[in-house]
Amino acid sequence: MRVRFWGTRGSIPAALTAQAVREKLIGALVAASGQALDTPEKAGAFVDTLSFSASRTFGGNSSCIEVLSEGAGRVLLDMGSGARPAAGNALRELKGTPGEFHVFMSHLHWDHIMGFPFFTPAYIPGHTIRIYGCHAELEHAFRRQQAPPSFPVDFSMMGAKIEFVQLEPGRTYDIAGYRVTAKVQAHGGDSFGYRLERDGKAMIYSTDSEHKLENAEETDSFVEFFRAADLVIFDSMYSLADAVSVREDWGHSSNIVGVELCQLAEAKHLVLFHHEPANDDATIERVWRETERLEEITRGEHAVKITAAYDGLEVTL
Amino acid sequence: MELSERRAGRAVVLAPAGRIDMATADQLRERLIPMVTAAAKAGESVVLDFSGVDYISSAGLRVLMLAAKEARTSGSKIAVAALQPLVNEIFQISRFDKVLPCHVGVDEAIQAVAPTT
Repeated sequence: MRVRFWGTRGSIPAALTAQAVREKLIGALVAASGQALDTPEKAGAFVDTLSFSASRTFGGNSSCIEVLSEGAGRVLLDMGSGARPAAGNALRELKGTPGEFHVFMSHLHWDHIMGFPFFTPAYIPGHTIRIYGCHAELEHAFRRQQAPPSFPVDFSMMGAKIEFVQLEPGRTYDIAGYRVTAKVQAHGGDSFGYRLERDGKAMIYSTDSEHKLENAEETDSFVEFFRAADLVIFDSMYSLADAVSVREDWGHSSNIVGVELCQLAEAKHLVLFHHEPANDDATIERVWRETERLEEITRGEHAVKITAAYDGLEVTL
Repeated sequence: MELSERRAGRAVVLAPAGRIDMATADQLRERLIPMVTAAAKAGESVVLDFSGVDYISSAGLRVLMLAAKEARTSGSKIAVAALQPLVNEIFQISRFDKVLPCHVGVDEAIQAVAPTT
């Protein structure tokens, strides 16, 4: 199972600014002073010695994940603005052949559907797009954002075969070669996490979910949902202090709760996801390193690998 | 969960001990919040002496936030003191050090919330 991250930012896309790029360049050039970086190979090797935030960016597209497995269908999780580059890449890989896309929606807030009007295969006859979700308004939300005055191309103009499939949370389905289970999560209007299993591997997609861990029964149900997962993609938008005070009941979680749930569930790899749009690269990297440290100092017998998601990250399970 | 109590001038010093996690956070909440309410009614402030706490989880930190809200609502002050190194790191990573006054020593915390001079 390969998991590609096309959009990792929370709430709204956040572009890197010219000033931020300039600051990265200045930092890198100063760090490189005195070194003979006269070939792309030497320069590349030097860049790889710099911190992630000094040499790269976490990116700014909103939620979109792609899951691929040999012999299985092409799966997407959410249709945030990351769906636009995901579409371009899929069309290149399909090389003109008809594609079948299976899209699982966590919920229908704008940052999770805004990429669909730019999801090119939706306009091309021959492609099939099945959009799965647990919200009764699933189809309405997609049709509405294509309608005037929000977008100039109506849903009816889309040439692909587009189907909407209602899922029931708690029930396990066989879809596109995966065993798929949805679970309701605490978020305004509800959101749904997904557990995808195939070939003895399991991944969890749990975004836009406020895990308070104050109710034992609810906590246990999420621990079981996350149980022994090889990968947990987790909404860690806020610090814990914010999540339990000024941003309580805003429907998002923290890195601390992500670590705790993965430790309890003995999950293998926690990916911090749905980054706060106000956070710059340095701040996200600081949260990443602190989360690694937290996992280290609170570790029992089970270790959890920690990664901060970035647009372009690919994880193989 | 152990929670001892002593008075120091106009401050009540509450000292939990052991691990504050999902298994013990409810016990702490059930004892701590009424103590904070009672202290506020008596015109006293609260110092949480954390020297005996060797771990705190998100559930425990949530209880501290409830205690801070209760203190603020009832017109009292609250501070945390004497964090062990591991707990201090958890406070920093969770940013609780930004929302709860944290002091190195208990006497310093008492002086901050209930100054004697």
